[in-house]
Amino acid sequence: MNPGTPILEAPAATGSHDQHMILNMGPQHPAMHGVLRLVVEIDGEIVVRLQPEIGYLHTGIEKTCEAKFYHQIVPLTDRLDYLSPMANNLCYCLAVEKLLGLEIPEKAQWLRVLLAELTRLNSHLIWLGTHAMDIGALTVFLYTFREREEILRIFEGLAGQRMMTSYIRIGGLAMEPPLDFFDRVQGFIRSFPEKIDEYSNLLTGNPIFRNRLKGVGILSAADAIALGVTGPNMRGSGIDFDLRRDMPYSGYEKFQFKVPIATEGDCWARYLIRLIEMRESVKMIQQALDGMPEGLIKADAPKIVLPDREKMKTQMEALIHHFKIVTEGFAVPAGEVYQGVESPRGQMGYYIVSDGTAKPYRVHFRNPSFATLQAIETMCKGRMLADVIAVIGSIDIVLGEIDR
Amino acid sequence: MAETKTLIGKAAVLEGFPAHPAVKAVLAWDSEALEDAKFDRGELTLTIAAGKIRSAAATVQAAGYNFFEDVTAVDWLPSSPRFQLSYHIVSHLYKERIRLRVLLDGDAPSVESITSVWPSANFYEREVFDLFGIRFEGHPDLRRIMMPDEWQGHPLRKDYPVEGYR
Repeated sequence: MNPGTPILEAPAATGSHDQHMILNMGPQHPAMHGVLRLVVEIDGEIVVRLQPEIGYLHTGIEKTCEAKFYHQIVPLTDRLDYLSPMANNLCYCLAVEKLLGLEIPEKAQWLRVLLAELTRLNSHLIWLGTHAMDIGALTVFLYTFREREEILRIFEGLAGQRMMTSYIRIGGLAMEPPLDFFDRVQGFIRSFPEKIDEYSNLLTGNPIFRNRLKGVGILSAADAIALGVTGPNMRGSGIDFDLRRDMPYSGYEKFQFKVPIATEGDCWARYLIRLIEMRESVKMIQQALDGMPEGLIKADAPKIVLPDREKMKTQMEALIHHFKIVTEGFAVPAGEVYQGVESPRGQMGYYIVSDGTAKPYRVHFRNPSFATLQAIETMCKGRMLADVIAVIGSIDIVLGEIDR
Repeated sequence: MAETKTLIGKAAVLEGFPAHPAVKAVLAWDSEALEDAKFDRGELTLTIAAGKIRSAAATVQAAGYNFFEDVTAVDWLPSSPRFQLSYHIVSHLYKERIRLRVLLDGDAPSVESITSVWPSANFYEREVFDLFGIRFEGHPDLRRIMMPDEWQGHPLRKDYPVEGYR
């Protein structure tokens, strides 16, 4: 995309003195959350038209997947929505397991739910910090990153990696969680509700923050459906739908939680919804800790799941399976599946087509941010230019999953 | 159990799901347009005649499948028909997802856009156009979305090398 080429045609001559101006925001802009370019047509300070230009981070992950074995794709999925890696891992693994018809042990399912919710906290913390920072409340950023650091430390102990965890694998989890894992998670969520109160004290009553968000970036329920907006953004517009509750996966049906709804559809509603979602996630993590079943963390499928290191070094069969999985992968029965999960940003869905070989024939990622970006013009039209920043912060997009 | 059975073919699905709202609506609209059907791994797939996808989308939308989630393509080179489009549509009412499937022949196929039914298909159809070279008639702004405007070729086609042309 040559930055010199005009994306929008020149504004129509109205015959008046007022000339519309075309303004480029991004791709390098501190409030763009990645490399997003917005071409904005403005009349003074008022947004007349707005067009997102994407593709600056396009790496062709879907094409790369076609050349990889199924188990080699797990680390690629981390790099889509790099702020919620577990949600991506989970969605991919559930899709492949659906193709394989693989049953996952209960403990692995519960741990997956726990990790998915911990990831939601992680992601919402970054959203809150950066959103508040965009609007000028710098302090909150430091506070949210303090808590996020603890989540990243927990992930590091679990997977050896802070961000690109690749911990959820086809057939279960990569390895047993470390001994102090449950205590650390318990310690974290015990103190976390107070931290949410702290953010809320800094922001909810803050008149500047309020005025920047209330009544800004309104998205009606009909527009949310028409433009494909999902997740907290859709629920902020009054649509009561959450895949975790309505089309449960990975044992979510065993958890009790509320799905917050607001009807205003503005940035303020989306802010409140995410704050409540964090509190609900804490409750779900607590339920997962309390009810964590005993058992294995991997399915009993030696031809699909890598053996434990210990077994691999002591048993001939395990060594053979290990060698075969790593060098030739495993064949997956032909068919097509679509698996949806509720990621922190909305409805994520992976579509996998298998032709019966060890490499997928086609992998497609339906990422929530991609669709949400379509709604940005509707939210910003007729508002001040400064509101664009508030809207981008409030819809919580990640360019890694938009461009793929 | 209904979730685990596999039904292949239009007749089997019609027999297995006589009261399914999407199947009923499509049959009531145009039984000829439903070319094939499949129920596999808990997912219902309805194959729609290539020229009728826009009306089919409007039909399932009216039947309660209100949320367009995704559209993408699969390149079945060297088979014929070469391309498959898979539309995923969710019903907030029935809490269920269906897949509409369209088969397209030829190397430069074109199909009706469903942006008039669901404006959210806009970016998705642009993506399919960009990466597969399938044209969507009636799309308001059909141009490349991921690749640079001057790019040659469509990277997700099977005859496009993974490393690209050098």
